[in-house]
Amino acid sequence: MTMNNQGRPTSVENSGNSTRSGYPSYTGSRGLSQVEGLIYEIGDTSRTGVDFPEVEDFENRLGGMERTEEIGLAGLTEPEAMRHYTRLSRKNYAIDLGLYPLGSCTMKHNPRLNEKVVRLPGLSDIHPLQPISTTQGALDLIDTLAHWLKTLTGMPAVAMSPKAGAHGELCGLMTIRAALEAKGNPRSIVLAPESAHGTNPATATLCGYTVKPIPATKDGRVDLEAMKEALGPDVAAIMVTNPNTCGLFEREIIEIADAVHEIGGYFYCDGANFNAIVGKVRPGDLGVDAMHINLHKTFSTPHGGGGPGAGPVVLSEALAPYAPIPYVVAGDEEFELIEHDKSGKSFGRMTAFHGQMGMFVRALAYMMSHGADGLAKVAEDSVLNANYILASLKDVMSASFNGPCMHEALFDDRFLKDTGVSTLDFSKAMIDEGYHPMTMYFPLVVHGAMLIEPTESESKLSVDQFIGMMRHLVAAAKAGEKERFSGAPYNAPLRRLDETAAARNPVLRWTKPDQ
Amino acid sequence: MTIYYSEDHEWIEVEGKTGTVGITDYAQNALGDIVFVELPEVGEDFAKGDEVAVVESVKAASEIYCPVGGEITAVNEELEDNAALVNTSPDGDGWFFKIEIADESELESLMDAAGYKEFIAGLE
Amino acid sequence: MRYLPLSSDDRAEMLAKIGVKDIDDLFIDVPNHALLKGLVDLPLHMTEMEVEQNFAAFSDRNISAGSVPFFVGAGAYRHHVPAAVDYQIQRGEFLTAYTPYQPEISQGTLQALYEFQTQVAQITGMDVANASMYDGSTAAGEAALMARRITRKNKAIVSGNLHPQYIDVIKSATKYTEDVIVVSETTVNRAENLLELVDDDTNCVIVQYPDFFGNINDYSALADALHEKNKLLVIITTEIVALGAIKSPGEMGADIVVGEGQSIGNGLNYGGPYVGLFATKQKYVRQLPGRLCGQTTDADGKRGFVLTLSTREQHIRREKATSNICTNAGLCTLAFTIHMTLLGEAGYRQLAKINHAAAVKLASKLSKVKGVELLNDTFFNEFTVRLNKNAADVVEALVEQDIIAGLPVSRLYPDNKDLANDLLIAVTETTSEDDMDILVGELSEVLK
Repeated sequence: MTMNNQGRPTSVENSGNSTRSGYPSYTGSRGLSQVEGLIYEIGDTSRTGVDFPEVEDFENRLGGMERTEEIGLAGLTEPEAMRHYTRLSRKNYAIDLGLYPLGSCTMKHNPRLNEKVVRLPGLSDIHPLQPISTTQGALDLIDTLAHWLKTLTGMPAVAMSPKAGAHGELCGLMTIRAALEAKGNPRSIVLAPESAHGTNPATATLCGYTVKPIPATKDGRVDLEAMKEALGPDVAAIMVTNPNTCGLFEREIIEIADAVHEIGGYFYCDGANFNAIVGKVRPGDLGVDAMHINLHKTFSTPHGGGGPGAGPVVLSEALAPYAPIPYVVAGDEEFELIEHDKSGKSFGRMTAFHGQMGMFVRALAYMMSHGADGLAKVAEDSVLNANYILASLKDVMSASFNGPCMHEALFDDRFLKDTGVSTLDFSKAMIDEGYHPMTMYFPLVVHGAMLIEPTESESKLSVDQFIGMMRHLVAAAKAGEKERFSGAPYNAPLRRLDETAAARNPVLRWTKPDQ
Repeated sequence: MTIYYSEDHEWIEVEGKTGTVGITDYAQNALGDIVFVELPEVGEDFAKGDEVAVVESVKAASEIYCPVGGEITAVNEELEDNAALVNTSPDGDGWFFKIEIADESELESLMDAAGYKEFIAGLE
Repeated sequence: MRYLPLSSDDRAEMLAKIGVKDIDDLFIDVPNHALLKGLVDLPLHMTEMEVEQNFAAFSDRNISAGSVPFFVGAGAYRHHVPAAVDYQIQRGEFLTAYTPYQPEISQGTLQALYEFQTQVAQITGMDVANASMYDGSTAAGEAALMARRITRKNKAIVSGNLHPQYIDVIKSATKYTEDVIVVSETTVNRAENLLELVDDDTNCVIVQYPDFFGNINDYSALADALHEKNKLLVIITTEIVALGAIKSPGEMGADIVVGEGQSIGNGLNYGGPYVGLFATKQKYVRQLPGRLCGQTTDADGKRGFVLTLSTREQHIRREKATSNICTNAGLCTLAFTIHMTLLGEAGYRQLAKINHAAAVKLASKLSKVKGVELLNDTFFNEFTVRLNKNAADVVEALVEQDIIAGLPVSRLYPDNKDLANDLLIAVTETTSEDDMDILVGELSEVLK
């Protein structure tokens, strides 16, 4: 069997008792941390927060298919609903509350201007299938954003419709496959480094490819020699994240691109970490054939608790003809929207309609706010903040690789050796200090990984406070304060959750207690 | 009745032509809390080394490789409702499946208890 | 610059701590010629006011649905969303939170997801629902892949009365996975015989309910016949408000239900972001794509919620994952859930009733217009009419009169000449009787 050698406890057996002080409350709430039931426990099927007019009697056209059984939906009046969701919101960590050091996720500030302009009626209240002549401003906006993306990446084309990063990967790899098929042989293998995001191999499989992992060198980069050995006539593409998931720029990126081009394959770049180089380096200058851009990372569209995102894919000249429909074409007098492929080359369609317009608006507002000068500063400040953290913590934590890093700094758990504290415990103790933990146990190439990405949104004061907190926790771990970690968090809305029980007996929805 | 062990941490208890397969205590300990086991179907054929089952903890899914080739004759249905048996009784009630061994010579490449003990000692 | 807190003094101090002279010393690993010496050729930074003016200019060149009599549906519907919904989803604690991988400090998002999953399961009449897909169309592609995983057969039969763009998405999603997609003939208003296309290799039949042209078909018999052959029935609903009035897919025996949830809580947004609904039977839970939220307890025994059954997902299972999806429609699910909570069962059913009543009223008015033939026997809030002229031309002529009259079906079926005169018309609670009368009046003129 294969074995995960970084297994970590997911039950709560050893968490110890709560050390919370004070009297137990009657309500279960603790001051502003309020207990809140489910809508099904506080609402019912007759209650509603929306007033509707009565409907006069009429003969229905449902063909005898009326829904007669009760659905069971719980309703709340507006004051109840506002309180319910406001109380829930206060159980969440958020960028608006503090530094969010999730490596590879780029949790930067979400400007509120973007939220304002996206709600302009001419942008939010337009239908994807209303006549093209009535949405010229929208098509112009998409075309303008495409221009910014192409200019920033130095690439000649962009497919705008993918709905998120992984969807963009799929789009990019399908484009590659279509291009190879047009040459007569789709090939069978995609190479990806061991440190790749999980979406890379998952995507390759959806395109009918087998993934062959490429080992990393001791300095955390793609092993060029091993990669060259793996190259052959069956290799369709290599998928490389650059800067990579160890937070490092792939020094030999051009050699990697050249090598894959030499065997007639394509270079897919995972653009998840574009934030580190935006305005400073154009992937087109590195030999990239396709790269998705997470608008919800680099260009600040809100993560919203898990989405929505947007993942446009920039493409090289060779791949552009195989891109999916639809796409916008700027004509002499008006913008056209091409919804049907007449060339016979496009591989198809990623989604109904034209992509994540709401995200396009926000991303373009962010880009225009920063401009060419501001975007380069974004990259510089994000890299500066990460290197400052690396420099300020490497004497007490174990940095996995020598710097400089790009926009994120990678540590592993060697510094916790013999303390009895795991990466997981350490992360949970950060919660008690008022921080969201960093990305942990990813990438898989180092043990007990801790990947810290501060982004450019943090002031020096904020980064200094974070560093101070981390040093304090490291000292506590080394001083043997094991319980502080093993039982953490003590001060969050909830303590450690029993994920083992959740997975062994999945309860995925509310049901009436008597059922 | 003899028990053999693989380097992939499966054990197989052989009685006549039938082998009963599970994972070792060492393996269950390394995996942590096991929450689900995906078992093969009775009647399916596997060659030695094929992926035959998947054992899942909360944060990992690990493939189980068939220690010898043959046809599946029974699976441990208890595991469907109670995967924790693999943790509590890896070499007893937590068995995975029974297999009709096609080629008994394949057993020769496996280790005995003493050999496996030595093998895992080398992994520490 | 307003979004960048580091001052030049800060930067100098930090560079000194790091031990380098210049910021570009940190970009030392970038091949020298690839590091830009100057700025890219794009405008420089702008003030907030300047950016706003740019977007107002984009906005002003579109005709917003709310500013004219408006009748386009076809998978995206204009409904009224209560003000409280938009307020809540703009709270920073929801808006600026990440995926809830740290459950102790993400209970707000997680509990809302649990409520969402419950609502979706109830509405679709299924056992369980996931925490969302990108939208209805991509969810449809995932459904085809899931049916293959369950049955280990590789052919899906897709109704020709499914939204054409959904069909295209299903075809693309399965293009390189050795799946075969067979699409039945588009029939507008005749019953399809899908069963005769089913053979041994078939894994599922995929239908839309109500279908693309607005027809409401009972798929109970189809479900029974498919189950007898160990095949699955996938039902797709692109107007989720309909299920407040008509039988749920679960009641008809669906195995997988896919929905576009945009109608509840989410605006038109020119096509996205929307929210894909995905529900199934309990026994297929481990084949579900995407995230799932489950209930558990914390170390003190208090109820809480976590993301669960993650071993299905790409970040653990990698090439063997059920899907490559990572980011989903998070904030759109929240909008859906809050709107649905404000509606409750009573409001949801009344909303559906008002939509249907309005559509019946407009259908009746249009039936009296010379040159208009109503093609549907049954419908919910959308129906197809056949005009005596090319529908695209008629729609363009009505744009001149400040009316957006519906979708000329030919836009999505450019090669089907039989449909050239067909117009798909949607009506919702936002459509006033005045809007209807203006449409009827101007359409009568154009068709003369």
